[in-house]
Amino acid sequence: MAENAIELRHITKRFGQKVVANNDVSLELHKGEILALLGENGSGKTTLMNMLGGIYFPDEGEIYVDGKLATIRSPKDSFHYGIGMIHQHFKLVDVFTAAENIVLGLEGDKGKLDKASIRRAVKEIAERYGFEIDPDQKIYDMSVSQKQTVEIVKVLYRGANVLILDEPTAVLTPQETDKLFAVMRNMKKDGKAIIIITHKLHEVLDVSDRVAVLRKGKYIGDVETKAATQQSLTDMMVGRAVSLNIDRPKADKLADRLVVKNLTVRDKEGVKKLDNVSFTAMGGEILGIAGVAGSGQKELLEAIAGLQPEEGGSVINYISPEGKEMSLIGMDPLDIIHAGILLSFVPEDRFGAGLVGSMPIVDNIKLRTYRDRKGILADRAKAQALADKIVLDLEVVTPDTTRIPIRRLSGGNVQKVLVGREIASSPTVLMTAYAVRGLDINTSYMIYNLLTEQKMKGAAVIYVGEDLDVLLELCDRILVLCGGQVSGIVDAAATTKEEIGLLMTQFRREEENA
Amino acid sequence: MNAFLSFISSFSTTLTFSITFGTVILYGALGEILTEKGGNLNLGVPGIMYIGAIASLAGSLAFQRATAGLAAGMGALYPILCVLACLAFAFAASMLAGLIFAFLTITLRTNQNVTGLTLTIFGTGIANYIGGSLGSVGTVRADVTSDAVKAYISPLVTSLDGLTDKFNLGSLLFRHGFMVYLAIVVAVLLWYFLSKTRTGLSLRAVGENTATADAAGLNINKYKYLSTCIGAGISGLGGCFYVMEYIDGLWETSATIGSLGWLAVALVIFATWKPMRCIWGAYLFGLLSWFYFLVPGLFKGSDKIFQMLPYLFTLLVLILVSLRRKPEDQPPASLGKAYFREDR
Repeated sequence: MAENAIELRHITKRFGQKVVANNDVSLELHKGEILALLGENGSGKTTLMNMLGGIYFPDEGEIYVDGKLATIRSPKDSFHYGIGMIHQHFKLVDVFTAAENIVLGLEGDKGKLDKASIRRAVKEIAERYGFEIDPDQKIYDMSVSQKQTVEIVKVLYRGANVLILDEPTAVLTPQETDKLFAVMRNMKKDGKAIIIITHKLHEVLDVSDRVAVLRKGKYIGDVETKAATQQSLTDMMVGRAVSLNIDRPKADKLADRLVVKNLTVRDKEGVKKLDNVSFTAMGGEILGIAGVAGSGQKELLEAIAGLQPEEGGSVINYISPEGKEMSLIGMDPLDIIHAGILLSFVPEDRFGAGLVGSMPIVDNIKLRTYRDRKGILADRAKAQALADKIVLDLEVVTPDTTRIPIRRLSGGNVQKVLVGREIASSPTVLMTAYAVRGLDINTSYMIYNLLTEQKMKGAAVIYVGEDLDVLLELCDRILVLCGGQVSGIVDAAATTKEEIGLLMTQFRREEENA
Repeated sequence: MNAFLSFISSFSTTLTFSITFGTVILYGALGEILTEKGGNLNLGVPGIMYIGAIASLAGSLAFQRATAGLAAGMGALYPILCVLACLAFAFAASMLAGLIFAFLTITLRTNQNVTGLTLTIFGTGIANYIGGSLGSVGTVRADVTSDAVKAYISPLVTSLDGLTDKFNLGSLLFRHGFMVYLAIVVAVLLWYFLSKTRTGLSLRAVGENTATADAAGLNINKYKYLSTCIGAGISGLGGCFYVMEYIDGLWETSATIGSLGWLAVALVIFATWKPMRCIWGAYLFGLLSWFYFLVPGLFKGSDKIFQMLPYLFTLLVLILVSLRRKPEDQPPASLGKAYFREDR
């Protein structure tokens, strides 16, 4: 039996009173193995790894490194125990060279910067594991994959024996992924232990020796990769379906409302976030959008709302209830309002894109209504009336609507105000992103009911969600995104969690075959 | 020919004044670069220079009075002692002003712009209050200290002046007190510190990407406090130099220190946060401040048009830099932002 590099015993981590991110998790990592950590969004993978990386401290339980009890209170402690974590968001200084980033903050942080010896050490690590890295290249000149290489070399330079990679392949092309896996195998041969978090099952089967599965914060079990298949892993990951009993009435008549064809969106770095997405959203139904985090959900909603530039050839057509068709391509949110399209958007980032945290409820309502009146004065009375109505109807708990900054309300109450404001204009298209994230069960149900109510009024509702159980119960159809592509559109009543789970991880590797 | 000669002579006088003003600006800008490299935008530079000025003057007066008995016994060493005391007063008082800024913005996380501007108003006010109460303006003079600050090696000056005849190169280069040359030394040291040492690298990391520096295990608050306080100390030396060399150890009530302080802030941008570029930039700013001397037919008031030149140059540099978009010429990425670890 191989020695344990890391052993977690009965780890529990809570956030606040209600959220248990990790519940009595025990996990072993052997020396010289690659362990894949698998689980749905919110299953607690990253939280668990952050406790090894020194970002969080466990509430209960012990961590053993090389068989000895370890206390990891900070990233520095984590280095000290030879654990190196590569986060999804790189921690690099853009105007520094690779070498400068690699030595930043090291012990013996005094005296002259000996660039020659650093360069030599970096070269040596690169040769040993097969990296390609130029120590003198500036970070801002690098591709995402090169930045990731710098992060990995950085932890190796610090003498890490355990590497934790949090979704390293999410940002890589298939070719870059293969290179990364080759490097990981070299590190394994060198006796390093590696934990990789990924949602892509074919990668799990490709690179790992063993798979550990978390579900809703609990440790489900582990399995040798040799003995696993995509189906068996999906079953472990999603578990048995729990019935939630959300009402799903059928609308009397359905009408095409939003026709999206060949929608392609690139981010600032030129990486495709949406790739040839086509679907139709219908008035009178809730279209669910499923996918692991970062599969293009945000870009999809923002492209429709006029916040993301689309690539040429993309089509987004809006068909009004009266049957008038118009293109939304190239429109910004104000154009959409001026065109008379009642489109409402509840964004994922409540304070960044939805509300102004330091303003009270009534001013936040006014953001949507102030243009309604001609002249230079805003209509305060109307906004006040709507604010009072939302507070009353949706049972928003707040001391007042005119003075307390909305940021001070609890997450559920903030979300009620946001949703209340967005549905007040009787939208014909209502888009929500993670509308119930962080909300308790009662508030969640209230939101579900509001969405269903809008659907019955004839709105096309687009619901981006992460809880598959809810998507299955609430939505009429579910569109599954994977890596920015549509991997399937299924009838929610006829499908299963397993099917959606498989679609979510079936990354189409067309570029590679081409 | 005579007109040409008189132009040359007024040009060389102007250059000498330019070096004096340039040195004041240089101290201010070097201190501010150190501060800003740690991510703190301290707009209190003019106030800090005022505080440095009054601390050096009031401190020197008190020091000279208290140690007058020693003067005879110490001989040539006594002026040196006075100068050291003067520098220490200026540096310490300016550091204290920096400490106020650091405590407010780093620990209490107040808005840096507001805090800096407030510090400028405070520093200007307190310096003029103390300066006014020193006695009637123009009569109380820190003579020993000021003379020592202004001392230069006269054989060096006269022999070089003789060689270059009309142009007076010797006066231009060497007829300055030691603080002119000290400023250049500080600039070189600052450049070496920021670009060649590990501590400098760490400080720059704090100013560029505080969360990354934090994750790398650096003590963010230590770096920010020290860079802000030491930076303020260096800036304050500009005020000290102004009072001791340019004003001759007196207090004056014109607002020149304040306007030079703002030029120092502008110079940081002009020099794109690089100490070496600061050196010639400072003299250029000094020259531009005195440029109206060279323009014939100006009267009081219309010279102000020419005093805008440094700011116009700064605007020009801002435009050029933003057109070129070279990352190395940009301000530290976390400049002016308070850091909350929990925010990530």
